[in-house]
Amino acid sequence: MSRRPVPPLPPVARRVLRGDRQALAQLITQVENRDPAALPSVRALYPHSGHATVVGVTGPLGVGKSSLLNLLLAHLRVQGKRVGIVAVDPSSPFSGGSILGDRIRLERPPGDDGVFIRSMAARGHSGGVALATRETVRLLDAFGMDVILVETVGSGQADVEIREVASTSVVVVVPHLGDEIQSLKAGLFEIADVFCVNKSDLPGADSAARYLTEMTQLVPEKGAWRPVVVLTSTTIPSGVSDLWDAVLRHEAFLDANGSRRVRARRQLTDEILGLVRERVDARLTSVLAQEPDLQALLDRVVAREIDPYSAADRLLAEVRREP
Amino acid sequence: MSPSPPAGPIRVLIAKPGLDGHDRGAKVVARALRDAGMEVIYAGLRQTPEEIVESALEEDVNLIGLSILSGAHMALFPRVLALLKQKRASRIRVFAGGIIPDEDARRLKRMGIRAIFGPGSSLEEIVATARKLAGPSHS
Repeated sequence: MSRRPVPPLPPVARRVLRGDRQALAQLITQVENRDPAALPSVRALYPHSGHATVVGVTGPLGVGKSSLLNLLLAHLRVQGKRVGIVAVDPSSPFSGGSILGDRIRLERPPGDDGVFIRSMAARGHSGGVALATRETVRLLDAFGMDVILVETVGSGQADVEIREVASTSVVVVVPHLGDEIQSLKAGLFEIADVFCVNKSDLPGADSAARYLTEMTQLVPEKGAWRPVVVLTSTTIPSGVSDLWDAVLRHEAFLDANGSRRVRARRQLTDEILGLVRERVDARLTSVLAQEPDLQALLDRVVAREIDPYSAADRLLAEVRREP
Repeated sequence: MSPSPPAGPIRVLIAKPGLDGHDRGAKVVARALRDAGMEVIYAGLRQTPEEIVESALEEDVNLIGLSILSGAHMALFPRVLALLKQKRASRIRVFAGGIIPDEDARRLKRMGIRAIFGPGSSLEEIVATARKLAGPSHS
């Protein structure tokens, strides 16, 4: 299976590449828990990823993202595509707990190992995805999934981080969102590669689609991608093949004009900077835990002997020191 | 590396095997577990034992909570336990709730259902039991 000679793989990575679903599931848990034990396998699997089409499905709460995902899943399975799904739901800011309910809407034949579904709590991360979403997508990619569908939290405008994970972002809306559609101008509108007007069996779908089409024609630069608008319904299943065709058109566009590379570089920059921030943050936490003079330092700031900036400089010097 | 791995939240799958018509009780329990800081994967109604175990493995849960009202527990619960064993996943502990006669409850516990909650059980008790079943590495 391996595509080029690589150093011996950690056992867990080997099990993932052999199609061991429990090994994959447990590795995802470790990644979610930021467990350093996951790192050797995550690193070793990186060269095995990069083959999947990663599609983000985002949009306000209640527009039917999960039901749409269910139709897409069936559509792709008929074509023989192996499909991974990462469904992100919010965590409670109070208890940290979460109810992850997206599986209810996802149907599949029993024992179908061409599908792997993982529910994921955002765990306080904003932007509509979890910190571990990107790594999980990559693990599913290395596992051999052809298409990975990522469903965001569904908080509307704020779910823009999907563009750092997906190669194509689908923004789902419904007729008569009214002001919601207006507000898309500033948030989701900018990240949409495909607009999906779902619940198109309801009145007002055509005018919503027309409005979105007009908006997409305002795209300024020549040669830039103009988002495709499709109509879908999940109650009277329709439009799903249009939706998937629109995704494929965007994917072909990325390949044709070289923007796939540009997008990948931007996403990796975001990821690498994120990893650096995470480590600096961890280091800062440990410095704070060990800093015996922290209280004294604070006392001096309170007493106006030194200013907060100088205190920050001192802590930064500690962070820079080798642990 | 720390001696014990960083423990994340307890992950629980809540599912209703069989043909029950409503899932109010299961939802109340799901909510209580969420409020106790757990991540609850809610699989909902009419799940086969195969679907339940498949979901539990993909979601890498610590616990499965089964809720049943229809009376089919003696057929469905042992099947879940057998599938877990077959998949070498008996680390996942199973508890249950619903309408289960005492005699059946005793037999199910002998088979490996860790705890059974009938009508009138307190949510505090369910949460505390779930915590205990998930083990000491979770706070």
